[in-house]
Amino acid sequence: MINYEAVIGLEVHVQIKTHSKVFTRVGAGFGHEPNTLTDPVVLALPGTLPVMNKAALDAIIKAGLLLGCDIAPVCKWDRKQYFYPDSPKNYQISQYDQPICLGGSVEIELPGAARNLMGEHKKIPLTRIHLEEDVGKLNHHATDSLVDYNRAGTPLMEIVSEPAMQTAEEAFAYLTSIRNTMIYGGISDCDMEKGQLRCDANISIRPVGEKKLGTKVELKNLNSISYVRDGIAHEIKRQLAVVAAGGKLVQETRDYDGVAGTSQSLRSKEMAHDYRYFPDPDLMPVHVDEGWKAELRRACPELPFDKQRRLIADYQIPYTITSVLIPDRALSNFFEATAQLAGMGRSQAVGNWITNDLLRELGAAKLPLSASKISAANLAALIQLIDAGTLLNAAAKEVFATMFATGEAPVVIVARLGLAAAPTDTGELEAWCRESIAANAKALAEFKSGKDSAINAFKGPIMKAAKGKANPKLVDETLRRLLAEA
Amino acid sequence: MSQPAELNIDRVAELSRLALTPEEKTRFAAQLGSILGHIEQLAKVDVSGIEPTAHAFPLNNVWAADVAQPGLAVSAALLNAPAQRDHMIVVPKVVD
Repeated sequence: MINYEAVIGLEVHVQIKTHSKVFTRVGAGFGHEPNTLTDPVVLALPGTLPVMNKAALDAIIKAGLLLGCDIAPVCKWDRKQYFYPDSPKNYQISQYDQPICLGGSVEIELPGAARNLMGEHKKIPLTRIHLEEDVGKLNHHATDSLVDYNRAGTPLMEIVSEPAMQTAEEAFAYLTSIRNTMIYGGISDCDMEKGQLRCDANISIRPVGEKKLGTKVELKNLNSISYVRDGIAHEIKRQLAVVAAGGKLVQETRDYDGVAGTSQSLRSKEMAHDYRYFPDPDLMPVHVDEGWKAELRRACPELPFDKQRRLIADYQIPYTITSVLIPDRALSNFFEATAQLAGMGRSQAVGNWITNDLLRELGAAKLPLSASKISAANLAALIQLIDAGTLLNAAAKEVFATMFATGEAPVVIVARLGLAAAPTDTGELEAWCRESIAANAKALAEFKSGKDSAINAFKGPIMKAAKGKANPKLVDETLRRLLAEA
Repeated sequence: MSQPAELNIDRVAELSRLALTPEEKTRFAAQLGSILGHIEQLAKVDVSGIEPTAHAFPLNNVWAADVAQPGLAVSAALLNAPAQRDHMIVVPKVVD
Protein backbone atom coordinates (compact mmCIF):
# COMPACT_ATOMS: atom_id res chain seq x y z
CA MET A 1 0.00 0.00 0.00
CA ILE A 2 1.28 3.44 -0.92
CA ASN A 3 1.61 6.02 1.82
CA TYR A 4 0.48 9.51 0.91
CA GLU A 5 1.44 12.89 2.28
CA ALA A 6 -0.47 16.14 1.99
CA VAL A 7 1.02 19.35 0.61
CA ILE A 8 -0.63 22.60 1.66
CA GLY A 9 -0.09 26.17 0.56
CA LEU A 10 -2.11 29.05 1.95
CA GLU A 11 -3.21 32.33 0.43
CA VAL A 12 -3.99 34.64 3.30
CA HIS A 13 -5.71 37.97 2.77
CA VAL A 14 -5.17 40.58 5.47
CA GLN A 15 -7.04 43.89 5.44
CA ILE A 16 -4.75 46.76 6.33
CA LYS A 17 -6.07 49.05 9.06
CA THR A 18 -6.14 52.51 7.44
CA HIS A 19 -8.44 55.49 7.80
CA SER A 20 -9.11 55.77 4.07
CA LYS A 21 -9.17 53.37 1.13
CA VAL A 22 -6.12 52.24 -0.79
CA PHE A 23 -6.61 54.27 -3.98
CA THR A 24 -8.99 57.01 -2.81
CA ARG A 25 -9.63 58.95 0.38
CA VAL A 26 -13.17 58.00 1.34
CA GLY A 27 -13.21 56.33 4.76
CA ALA A 28 -12.61 52.59 5.22
CA GLY A 29 -14.09 50.46 7.97
CA PHE A 30 -16.36 47.64 9.07
CA GLY A 31 -19.93 47.74 10.31
CA HIS A 32 -21.13 50.89 8.55
CA GLU A 33 -24.55 51.19 6.89
CA PRO A 34 -24.46 49.72 3.34
CA ASN A 35 -22.94 51.89 0.62
CA THR A 36 -22.01 54.76 2.94
CA LEU A 37 -18.27 54.38 2.24
CA THR A 38 -18.24 55.08 -1.48
CA ASP A 39 -17.02 57.88 -3.71
CA PRO A 40 -16.67 58.27 -7.48
CA VAL A 41 -13.38 56.28 -7.50
CA VAL A 42 -14.88 53.35 -5.55
CA LEU A 43 -17.85 53.29 -7.91
CA ALA A 44 -15.58 53.64 -10.96
CA LEU A 45 -17.51 56.59 -12.33
CA PRO A 46 -16.12 57.93 -15.62
CA GLY A 47 -13.15 60.27 -15.35
CA THR A 48 -11.97 59.22 -11.91
CA LEU A 49 -8.36 58.38 -11.13
CA PRO A 50 -6.88 56.37 -8.27
CA VAL A 51 -4.38 57.95 -5.84
CA MET A 52 -2.24 55.69 -3.71
CA ASN A 53 -2.56 55.67 0.10
CA LYS A 54 0.92 56.11 1.65
CA ALA A 55 -0.14 54.42 4.92
CA ALA A 56 -1.10 51.23 3.07
CA LEU A 57 2.39 51.09 1.53
CA ASP A 58 4.02 51.70 4.92
CA ALA A 59 1.94 48.88 6.40
CA ILE A 60 2.76 46.27 3.76
CA ILE A 61 6.47 47.10 3.82
CA LYS A 62 6.38 46.80 7.62
CA ALA A 63 4.64 43.42 7.28
CA GLY A 64 7.33 42.35 4.83
CA LEU A 65 10.11 43.44 7.19
CA LEU A 66 8.48 41.59 10.11
CA LEU A 67 8.33 38.40 8.03
CA GLY A 68 11.86 38.74 6.68
CA CYS A 69 10.86 39.41 3.06
CA ASP A 70 13.03 41.15 0.50
CA ILE A 71 11.41 44.50 -0.22
CA ALA A 72 11.46 45.10 -3.97
CA PRO A 73 13.23 48.36 -4.88
CA VAL A 74 10.53 48.93 -7.52
CA CYS A 75 6.99 47.62 -7.66
CA LYS A 76 4.04 48.43 -9.87
CA TRP A 77 0.28 47.98 -10.14
CA ASP A 78 -1.65 45.79 -12.52
CA ARG A 79 -5.25 45.35 -13.49
CA LYS A 80 -6.79 41.94 -12.98
CA GLN A 81 -9.78 41.83 -15.31
CA TYR A 82 -12.95 39.98 -14.47
CA PHE A 83 -16.67 40.59 -14.59
CA TYR A 84 -18.37 40.22 -11.26
CA PRO A 85 -20.72 42.59 -9.42
CA ASP A 86 -18.32 42.91 -6.45
CA SER A 87 -16.06 45.10 -8.58
CA PRO A 88 -17.65 48.09 -10.32
CA LYS A 89 -14.56 48.69 -12.45
CA ASN A 90 -14.63 45.17 -13.88
CA TYR A 91 -11.04 44.87 -12.79
CA GLN A 92 -9.24 44.75 -9.50
CA ILE A 93 -6.05 46.73 -8.97
CA SER A 94 -3.44 44.26 -7.79
CA GLN A 95 0.23 43.41 -8.30
CA TYR A 96 1.09 40.73 -10.82
CA ASP A 97 4.73 40.30 -11.71
CA GLN A 98 6.33 42.93 -9.47
CA PRO A 99 4.93 42.48 -5.94
CA ILE A 100 6.29 44.63 -3.13
CA CYS A 101 7.51 41.78 -0.86
CA LEU A 102 9.36 38.66 -1.99
CA GLY A 103 10.36 35.57 -0.02
CA GLY A 104 10.45 35.68 3.76
CA SER A 105 8.98 33.17 6.18
CA VAL A 106 6.52 32.70 9.01
CA GLU A 107 7.74 31.08 12.23
CA ILE A 108 5.16 28.65 13.61
CA GLU A 109 4.77 26.62 16.77
CA LEU A 110 3.21 23.17 16.61
CA PRO A 111 1.27 21.77 19.57
CA GLY A 112 3.60 20.53 22.34
CA ALA A 113 3.52 17.08 23.93
CA ALA A 114 1.50 18.60 26.77
CA ARG A 115 -0.20 21.91 27.37
CA ASN A 116 2.65 23.13 29.55
CA LEU A 117 5.38 22.23 27.06
CA MET A 118 6.53 24.37 24.16
CA GLY A 119 5.96 22.65 20.83
CA GLU A 120 8.33 22.32 17.90
CA HIS A 121 9.04 25.54 16.01
CA LYS A 122 9.59 25.71 12.27
CA LYS A 123 9.66 28.28 9.51
CA ILE A 124 7.17 28.19 6.64
CA PRO A 125 8.67 29.92 3.57
CA LEU A 126 6.69 32.61 1.79
CA THR A 127 6.51 33.19 -1.96
CA ARG A 128 5.40 36.80 -1.90
CA ILE A 129 3.16 39.45 -0.37
CA HIS A 130 1.39 41.90 -2.63
CA LEU A 131 -0.97 44.80 -2.16
CA GLU A 132 -4.38 45.01 -3.80
CA GLU A 133 -7.81 46.45 -3.25
CA ASP A 134 -10.57 44.52 -1.55
CA VAL A 135 -13.84 44.11 -3.45
CA GLY A 136 -17.44 44.81 -2.48
CA LYS A 137 -19.60 42.42 -0.52
CA LEU A 138 -22.44 40.41 -2.04
CA ASN A 139 -25.37 39.40 0.10
CA HIS A 140 -27.11 36.44 -1.45
CA HIS A 141 -30.87 36.10 -1.25
CA ALA A 142 -33.35 33.59 -2.64
CA THR A 143 -33.78 35.18 -6.06
CA ASP A 144 -31.19 37.95 -6.24
CA SER A 145 -28.01 39.32 -4.68
CA LEU A 146 -27.46 42.70 -3.03
CA VAL A 147 -24.22 44.61 -3.46
CA ASP A 148 -22.59 46.73 -0.77
CA TYR A 149 -19.47 48.62 -1.91
CA ASN A 150 -18.30 49.70 1.55
CA ARG A 151 -15.53 47.11 1.51
CA ALA A 152 -14.50 47.83 -2.08
CA GLY A 153 -11.13 49.55 -2.17
CA THR A 154 -10.05 48.62 1.36
CA PRO A 155 -6.29 47.97 1.32
CA LEU A 156 -5.71 44.22 1.24
CA MET A 157 -2.46 42.27 1.48
CA GLU A 158 -2.23 38.82 0.00
CA ILE A 159 0.35 36.67 1.77
CA VAL A 160 1.20 33.64 -0.35
CA SER A 161 3.06 30.71 1.20
CA GLU A 162 5.10 28.11 -0.60
CA PRO A 163 3.39 24.70 -0.73
CA ALA A 164 5.36 23.82 2.37
CA MET A 165 2.86 22.66 4.98
CA GLN A 166 1.85 19.06 5.52
CA THR A 167 -0.87 19.04 8.13
CA ALA A 168 -3.96 20.96 9.15
CA GLU A 169 -2.19 21.70 12.46
CA GLU A 170 0.64 23.41 10.60
CA ALA A 171 -1.81 25.53 8.64
CA PHE A 172 -3.60 26.46 11.87
CA ALA A 173 -0.29 27.42 13.51
CA TYR A 174 0.72 29.40 10.40
CA LEU A 175 -2.46 31.45 10.40
CA THR A 176 -2.23 32.02 14.16
CA SER A 177 1.34 33.26 13.77
CA ILE A 178 0.44 35.61 10.92
CA ARG A 179 -2.44 36.98 12.97
CA ASN A 180 -0.28 37.57 16.05
CA THR A 181 2.44 39.21 13.97
CA MET A 182 0.03 41.54 12.14
CA ILE A 183 -1.66 42.54 15.40
CA TYR A 184 1.74 43.23 17.04
CA GLY A 185 2.73 45.37 14.06
CA GLY A 186 -0.50 47.37 14.26
CA ILE A 187 -1.05 46.40 10.61
CA SER A 188 -4.45 44.78 11.01
CA ASP A 189 -6.80 43.68 13.77
CA CYS A 190 -7.16 40.36 11.90
CA ASP A 191 -10.71 39.75 13.10
CA MET A 192 -11.89 36.87 10.94
CA GLU A 193 -15.53 37.53 11.80
CA LYS A 194 -15.16 40.97 10.25
CA GLY A 195 -13.36 39.56 7.22
CA GLN A 196 -10.10 41.29 8.17
CA LEU A 197 -8.27 37.97 7.82
CA ARG A 198 -9.34 35.47 5.17
CA CYS A 199 -7.78 32.27 4.01
CA ASP A 200 -7.86 30.02 0.96
CA ALA A 201 -5.95 26.75 0.97
CA ASN A 202 -4.37 24.84 -1.91
CA ILE A 203 -4.27 21.18 -1.00
CA SER A 204 -2.91 18.15 -2.80
CA ILE A 205 -1.65 14.73 -1.85
CA ARG A 206 1.24 12.70 -3.28
CA PRO A 207 2.98 9.42 -2.50
CA VAL A 208 5.65 9.93 0.19
CA GLY A 209 8.97 10.53 -1.53
CA GLU A 210 7.38 11.89 -4.71
CA LYS A 211 8.74 15.35 -5.61
CA LYS A 212 6.05 16.36 -8.09
CA LEU A 213 2.93 17.98 -6.65
CA GLY A 214 -0.36 16.14 -7.00
CA THR A 215 -3.63 17.52 -8.39
CA LYS A 216 -4.43 20.72 -6.54
CA VAL A 217 -7.75 21.52 -4.95
CA GLU A 218 -8.45 25.06 -3.80
CA LEU A 219 -10.53 25.24 -0.65
CA LYS A 220 -12.46 28.46 -0.07
CA ASN A 221 -14.55 30.01 2.69
CA LEU A 222 -12.32 29.01 5.56
CA ASN A 223 -13.65 31.90 7.58
CA SER A 224 -12.50 31.09 11.09
CA ILE A 225 -9.16 29.79 12.31
CA SER A 226 -10.71 26.52 13.45
CA TYR A 227 -12.50 26.15 10.08
CA VAL A 228 -9.06 26.38 8.47
CA ARG A 229 -7.89 23.44 10.55
CA ASP A 230 -11.11 21.44 10.17
CA GLY A 231 -11.56 22.24 6.47
CA ILE A 232 -8.01 21.22 5.54
CA ALA A 233 -8.17 18.04 7.64
CA HIS A 234 -11.48 17.20 5.95
CA GLU A 235 -10.10 17.87 2.46
CA ILE A 236 -6.99 15.72 3.03
CA LYS A 237 -9.24 12.88 4.21
CA ARG A 238 -11.50 13.33 1.19
CA GLN A 239 -8.58 13.19 -1.24
CA LEU A 240 -7.10 10.11 0.43
CA ALA A 241 -10.51 8.41 0.24
CA VAL A 242 -10.88 9.22 -3.47
CA VAL A 243 -7.46 7.73 -4.21
CA ALA A 244 -8.01 4.71 -1.94
CA ALA A 245 -11.24 3.95 -3.81
CA GLY A 246 -9.29 3.94 -7.06
CA GLY A 247 -10.69 7.30 -8.14
CA LYS A 248 -8.90 10.22 -9.75
CA LEU A 249 -8.68 13.70 -8.24
CA VAL A 250 -9.70 16.63 -10.40
CA GLN A 251 -8.37 20.18 -10.17
CA GLU A 252 -11.24 22.19 -8.73
CA THR A 253 -12.31 24.82 -6.25
CA ARG A 254 -14.31 23.58 -3.31
CA ASP A 255 -16.40 25.50 -0.86
CA TYR A 256 -16.05 24.47 2.79
CA ASP A 257 -19.13 24.60 4.99
CA GLY A 258 -17.75 24.93 8.50
CA VAL A 259 -21.07 24.34 10.21
CA ALA A 260 -21.84 21.11 8.36
CA GLY A 261 -18.16 20.10 8.14
CA THR A 262 -18.54 19.28 4.44
CA SER A 263 -17.31 20.73 1.15
CA GLN A 264 -18.72 20.91 -2.32
CA SER A 265 -17.31 21.63 -5.72
CA LEU A 266 -17.89 25.08 -7.22
CA ARG A 267 -18.93 24.30 -10.78
CA SER A 268 -18.62 27.93 -11.86
CA LYS A 269 -14.84 27.72 -11.57
CA GLU A 270 -14.44 24.78 -13.93
CA MET A 271 -13.26 27.01 -16.74
CA ALA A 272 -10.06 28.69 -15.64
CA HIS A 273 -10.22 32.46 -15.44
CA ASP A 274 -8.42 34.55 -17.95
CA TYR A 275 -7.56 37.66 -15.97
CA ARG A 276 -5.57 39.35 -18.75
CA TYR A 277 -3.34 41.27 -16.35
CA PHE A 278 -1.73 44.42 -17.65
CA PRO A 279 0.01 47.38 -15.96
CA ASP A 280 -2.43 49.96 -14.60
CA PRO A 281 -1.72 53.15 -16.54
CA ASP A 282 -3.38 55.27 -13.83
CA LEU A 283 -0.88 54.45 -11.08
CA MET A 284 2.82 55.19 -11.08
CA PRO A 285 5.34 52.63 -9.83
CA VAL A 286 6.62 52.80 -6.26
CA HIS A 287 10.32 52.96 -5.49
CA VAL A 288 11.37 51.91 -1.99
CA ASP A 289 14.76 53.23 -0.88
CA GLU A 290 16.92 52.26 2.10
CA GLY A 291 15.88 55.33 4.09
CA TRP A 292 12.21 54.46 3.90
CA LYS A 293 12.89 50.85 4.87
CA ALA A 294 15.08 51.95 7.80
CA GLU A 295 12.35 54.25 9.06
CA LEU A 296 9.80 51.40 8.98
CA ARG A 297 12.26 48.97 10.51
CA ARG A 298 12.50 51.29 13.53
CA ALA A 299 8.71 51.10 13.87
CA CYS A 300 8.74 47.27 13.88
CA PRO A 301 7.94 45.68 17.24
CA GLU A 302 9.66 42.62 18.69
CA LEU A 303 8.07 39.54 17.08
CA PRO A 304 5.72 37.50 19.30
CA PHE A 305 7.90 34.37 19.41
CA ASP A 306 11.04 36.47 20.11
CA LYS A 307 9.20 38.15 22.96
CA GLN A 308 8.07 34.79 24.32
CA ARG A 309 11.63 33.43 24.35
CA ARG A 310 12.83 36.61 26.05
CA LEU A 311 10.12 36.54 28.75
CA ILE A 312 10.99 32.93 29.55
CA ALA A 313 14.72 33.70 29.72
CA ASP A 314 14.60 37.09 31.46
CA TYR A 315 11.75 36.55 33.90
CA GLN A 316 12.09 32.81 34.46
CA ILE A 317 8.36 32.31 34.02
CA PRO A 318 6.82 29.04 32.82
CA TYR A 319 5.91 28.49 29.18
CA THR A 320 2.23 28.13 30.14
CA ILE A 321 2.07 31.69 31.42
CA THR A 322 3.82 33.07 28.32
CA SER A 323 1.47 31.19 26.02
CA VAL A 324 -1.41 33.10 27.61
CA LEU A 325 0.39 36.46 27.62
CA ILE A 326 2.04 36.48 24.19
CA PRO A 327 -0.94 36.45 21.79
CA ASP A 328 -2.08 39.69 23.45
CA ARG A 329 0.56 42.35 23.00
CA ALA A 330 -0.99 44.73 25.55
CA LEU A 331 -1.30 41.96 28.14
CA SER A 332 2.32 40.89 27.71
CA ASN A 333 3.40 44.54 27.99
CA PHE A 334 1.35 44.85 31.19
CA PHE A 335 3.11 41.76 32.53
CA GLU A 336 6.53 43.23 31.82
CA ALA A 337 5.72 46.59 33.34
CA THR A 338 4.34 44.93 36.49
CA ALA A 339 7.19 42.41 36.79
CA GLN A 340 9.76 45.20 36.56
CA LEU A 341 8.04 47.16 39.32
CA ALA A 342 7.46 44.10 41.50
CA GLY A 343 11.16 43.27 41.49
CA MET A 344 13.33 40.18 41.31
CA GLY A 345 11.85 36.81 42.15
CA ARG A 346 8.25 37.97 41.88
CA SER A 347 7.71 37.50 38.12
CA GLN A 348 5.92 34.20 38.41
CA ALA A 349 3.53 35.68 40.98
CA VAL A 350 2.91 38.58 38.58
CA GLY A 351 2.24 36.12 35.76
CA ASN A 352 -0.14 34.10 37.92
CA TRP A 353 -2.11 37.13 39.10
CA ILE A 354 -2.47 38.39 35.52
CA THR A 355 -3.28 35.13 33.77
CA ASN A 356 -5.56 33.76 36.52
CA ASP A 357 -7.12 36.59 38.51
CA LEU A 358 -6.99 39.56 36.17
CA LEU A 359 -8.16 37.63 33.09
CA ARG A 360 -10.91 35.96 35.11
CA GLU A 361 -12.21 39.32 36.40
CA LEU A 362 -11.98 40.91 32.93
CA GLY A 363 -13.80 37.95 31.45
CA ALA A 364 -16.55 38.06 34.05
CA ALA A 365 -16.98 41.82 33.57
CA LYS A 366 -16.70 41.43 29.76
CA LEU A 367 -14.08 44.17 29.68
CA PRO A 368 -10.93 44.55 27.58
CA LEU A 369 -7.57 45.02 29.31
CA SER A 370 -7.62 48.68 28.29
CA ALA A 371 -10.63 49.16 30.60
CA SER A 372 -8.90 47.56 33.59
CA LYS A 373 -8.53 49.87 36.60
CA ILE A 374 -5.60 47.93 38.02
CA SER A 375 -2.34 49.71 37.24
CA ALA A 376 0.98 47.88 36.93
CA ALA A 377 2.23 49.81 39.98
CA ASN A 378 -0.74 48.76 42.12
CA LEU A 379 -0.54 45.10 41.10
CA ALA A 380 3.19 45.11 41.83
CA ALA A 381 2.50 46.70 45.23
CA LEU A 382 -0.07 44.00 46.03
CA ILE A 383 2.42 41.25 45.25
CA GLN A 384 5.06 42.95 47.39
CA LEU A 385 2.62 43.12 50.33
CA ILE A 386 1.96 39.38 50.02
CA ASP A 387 5.65 38.66 49.74
CA ALA A 388 6.43 40.73 52.83
CA GLY A 389 3.85 38.76 54.80
CA THR A 390 1.66 41.80 55.38
CA LEU A 391 -1.16 40.25 53.40
CA LEU A 392 -2.28 36.65 53.53
CA ASN A 393 -3.59 34.88 50.48
CA ALA A 394 -7.31 34.96 51.24
CA ALA A 395 -7.11 38.64 52.18
CA ALA A 396 -5.07 39.36 49.03
CA LYS A 397 -7.86 37.97 46.86
CA GLU A 398 -10.28 40.32 48.57
CA VAL A 399 -7.95 43.29 48.09
CA PHE A 400 -7.52 42.34 44.42
CA ALA A 401 -11.28 42.24 43.85
CA THR A 402 -11.59 45.72 45.38
CA MET A 403 -8.66 46.99 43.29
CA PHE A 404 -10.42 45.69 40.19
CA ALA A 405 -13.62 47.49 41.14
CA THR A 406 -12.15 50.81 42.33
CA GLY A 407 -8.59 51.10 40.99
CA GLU A 408 -7.35 52.06 44.45
CA ALA A 409 -3.84 51.30 45.70
CA PRO A 410 -3.70 48.07 47.75
CA VAL A 411 -2.37 49.83 50.90
CA VAL A 412 -5.44 52.07 50.91
CA ILE A 413 -7.75 49.06 50.69
CA VAL A 414 -5.81 47.07 53.30
CA ALA A 415 -6.04 49.98 55.76
CA ARG A 416 -9.73 50.61 55.11
CA LEU A 417 -10.81 46.98 55.36
CA GLY A 418 -8.38 46.07 58.18
CA LEU A 419 -7.04 43.14 56.19
CA ALA A 420 -3.39 43.30 57.25
CA ALA A 421 -1.98 40.17 58.81
CA ALA A 422 -1.79 40.53 62.57
CA PRO A 423 1.62 41.76 63.66
CA THR A 424 3.03 38.54 65.03
CA ASP A 425 4.25 38.24 68.57
CA THR A 426 7.40 36.21 67.93
CA GLY A 427 7.29 34.71 71.43
CA GLU A 428 3.72 33.49 70.92
CA LEU A 429 4.51 32.16 67.45
CA GLU A 430 7.52 30.27 68.78
CA ALA A 431 5.37 28.69 71.46
CA TRP A 432 2.79 27.54 68.88
CA CYS A 433 5.58 26.10 66.75
CA ARG A 434 7.07 24.14 69.66
CA GLU A 435 3.63 22.75 70.56
CA SER A 436 2.98 21.67 67.00
CA ILE A 437 6.35 19.94 66.67
CA ALA A 438 5.91 18.18 70.00
CA ALA A 439 2.46 16.96 69.00
CA ASN A 440 3.55 15.30 65.74
CA ALA A 441 6.41 12.87 66.27
CA LYS A 442 5.76 11.12 62.98
CA ALA A 443 6.22 14.28 60.91
CA LEU A 444 9.30 15.16 62.95
CA ALA A 445 10.87 11.79 62.18
CA GLU A 446 10.05 12.15 58.48
CA PHE A 447 11.48 15.63 58.34
CA LYS A 448 14.65 14.48 60.11
CA SER A 449 15.05 11.67 57.60
CA GLY A 450 15.12 14.25 54.80
CA LYS A 451 11.51 14.59 53.70
CA ASP A 452 11.30 18.37 53.47
CA SER A 453 7.58 18.51 52.72
CA ALA A 454 6.86 16.96 56.11
CA ILE A 455 7.24 20.50 57.47
CA ASN A 456 3.78 21.35 56.15
CA ALA A 457 2.19 18.98 58.66
CA PHE A 458 3.21 21.33 61.49
CA LYS A 459 1.73 24.44 59.86
CA GLY A 460 -1.97 23.61 60.10
CA PRO A 461 -2.21 23.64 63.91
CA ILE A 462 -0.12 26.85 64.06
CA MET A 463 -2.41 28.65 61.59
CA LYS A 464 -5.37 27.40 63.56
CA ALA A 465 -3.92 28.76 66.79
CA ALA A 466 -3.17 32.09 65.05
CA LYS A 467 -6.72 32.17 63.58
CA GLY A 468 -5.24 32.24 60.10
CA LYS A 469 -3.44 35.51 60.63
CA ALA A 470 0.13 34.28 61.06
CA ASN A 471 2.70 35.31 58.47
CA PRO A 472 3.37 32.07 56.54
CA LYS A 473 6.92 33.09 55.74
CA LEU A 474 7.71 33.72 59.39
CA VAL A 475 6.03 30.45 60.41
CA ASP A 476 8.19 28.56 57.94
CA GLU A 477 11.38 30.28 59.14
CA THR A 478 10.60 29.71 62.81
CA LEU A 479 9.71 26.05 62.22
CA ARG A 480 12.94 25.41 60.35
CA ARG A 481 15.01 27.02 63.09
CA LEU A 482 13.29 24.99 65.80
CA LEU A 483 13.38 21.76 63.80
CA ALA A 484 17.12 22.17 63.32
CA GLU A 485 17.44 22.33 67.12
CA ALA A 486 14.99 19.52 67.81
CA MET B 1 -9.05 43.45 -42.21
CA SER B 2 -9.54 39.71 -41.70
CA GLN B 3 -10.17 38.20 -38.27
CA PRO B 4 -6.91 36.97 -36.67
CA ALA B 5 -6.94 33.25 -35.98
CA GLU B 6 -6.61 33.64 -32.17
CA LEU B 7 -9.75 35.75 -31.74
CA ASN B 8 -12.47 33.56 -30.25
CA ILE B 9 -15.51 35.83 -30.11
CA ASP B 10 -17.53 33.31 -28.06
CA ARG B 11 -14.84 33.24 -25.36
CA VAL B 12 -14.52 37.05 -25.33
CA ALA B 13 -18.30 37.38 -25.01
CA GLU B 14 -18.39 34.91 -22.15
CA LEU B 15 -15.59 36.67 -20.23
CA SER B 16 -17.44 39.96 -20.74
CA ARG B 17 -20.75 38.45 -19.64
CA LEU B 18 -22.36 39.54 -22.89
CA ALA B 19 -25.06 37.58 -24.69
CA LEU B 20 -24.47 38.31 -28.36
CA THR B 21 -26.72 37.49 -31.30
CA PRO B 22 -25.08 35.76 -34.30
CA GLU B 23 -25.24 39.08 -36.19
CA GLU B 24 -23.54 40.90 -33.35
CA LYS B 25 -20.88 38.21 -33.14
CA THR B 26 -20.05 38.69 -36.78
CA ARG B 27 -20.01 42.46 -36.48
CA PHE B 28 -17.94 42.61 -33.26
CA ALA B 29 -15.55 39.91 -34.42
CA ALA B 30 -14.76 42.05 -37.45
CA GLN B 31 -14.32 45.19 -35.34
CA LEU B 32 -12.15 43.48 -32.72
CA GLY B 33 -10.21 41.78 -35.49
CA SER B 34 -9.42 45.16 -36.94
CA ILE B 35 -8.07 46.34 -33.57
CA LEU B 36 -6.00 43.18 -33.22
CA GLY B 37 -4.69 43.83 -36.71
CA HIS B 38 -3.32 47.16 -35.54
CA ILE B 39 -1.69 45.48 -32.57
CA GLU B 40 -0.11 42.91 -34.89
CA GLN B 41 1.34 45.79 -36.85
CA LEU B 42 2.84 47.19 -33.62
CA ALA B 43 4.17 43.75 -32.75
CA LYS B 44 6.35 43.89 -35.86
CA VAL B 45 8.42 46.78 -34.47
CA ASP B 46 11.88 45.67 -33.40
CA VAL B 47 12.05 46.29 -29.64
CA SER B 48 15.13 44.21 -28.87
CA GLY B 49 17.34 46.12 -26.45
CA ILE B 50 14.47 48.19 -25.10
CA GLU B 51 13.53 47.53 -21.48
CA PRO B 52 9.84 46.89 -20.85
CA THR B 53 8.21 49.74 -18.98
CA ALA B 54 4.75 50.27 -17.56
CA HIS B 55 5.00 54.04 -17.86
CA ALA B 56 6.73 56.44 -20.20
CA PHE B 57 7.42 59.09 -17.53
CA PRO B 58 10.00 58.62 -14.76
CA LEU B 59 7.45 59.62 -12.14
CA ASN B 60 7.28 57.51 -8.98
CA ASN B 61 5.81 57.48 -5.49
CA VAL B 62 2.71 59.50 -6.22
CA TRP B 63 0.53 59.24 -3.16
CA ALA B 64 -1.59 61.02 -0.57
CA ALA B 65 -1.64 60.94 3.22
CA ASP B 66 -4.14 58.60 4.87
CA VAL B 67 -6.76 61.16 5.83
CA ALA B 68 -10.38 60.08 5.37
CA GLN B 69 -12.69 62.42 3.47
CA PRO B 70 -16.47 62.30 3.35
CA GLY B 71 -17.84 60.16 0.53
CA LEU B 72 -21.06 60.12 -1.43
CA ALA B 73 -24.50 60.08 0.16
CA VAL B 74 -26.15 56.68 -0.29
CA SER B 75 -28.83 58.23 -2.49
CA ALA B 76 -26.15 59.66 -4.80
CA ALA B 77 -24.14 56.44 -4.78
CA LEU B 78 -27.18 54.44 -5.90
CA LEU B 79 -28.43 56.96 -8.45
CA ASN B 80 -27.34 54.83 -11.43
CA ALA B 81 -28.50 51.52 -10.00
CA PRO B 82 -31.28 50.01 -12.14
CA ALA B 83 -32.69 48.38 -9.01
CA GLN B 84 -32.04 48.86 -5.33
CA ARG B 85 -33.19 47.46 -2.01
CA ASP B 86 -32.08 48.10 1.58
CA HIS B 87 -29.60 50.71 0.32
CA MET B 88 -27.90 48.10 -1.83
CA ILE B 89 -27.74 47.45 -5.55
CA VAL B 90 -29.85 44.52 -6.71
CA VAL B 91 -28.16 42.18 -9.18
CA PRO B 92 -29.19 38.80 -10.56
CA LYS B 93 -28.36 36.02 -8.11
CA VAL B 94 -24.68 35.20 -8.48
CA VAL B 95 -22.73 32.37 -6.94
CA ASP B 96 -18.96 32.32 -6.81
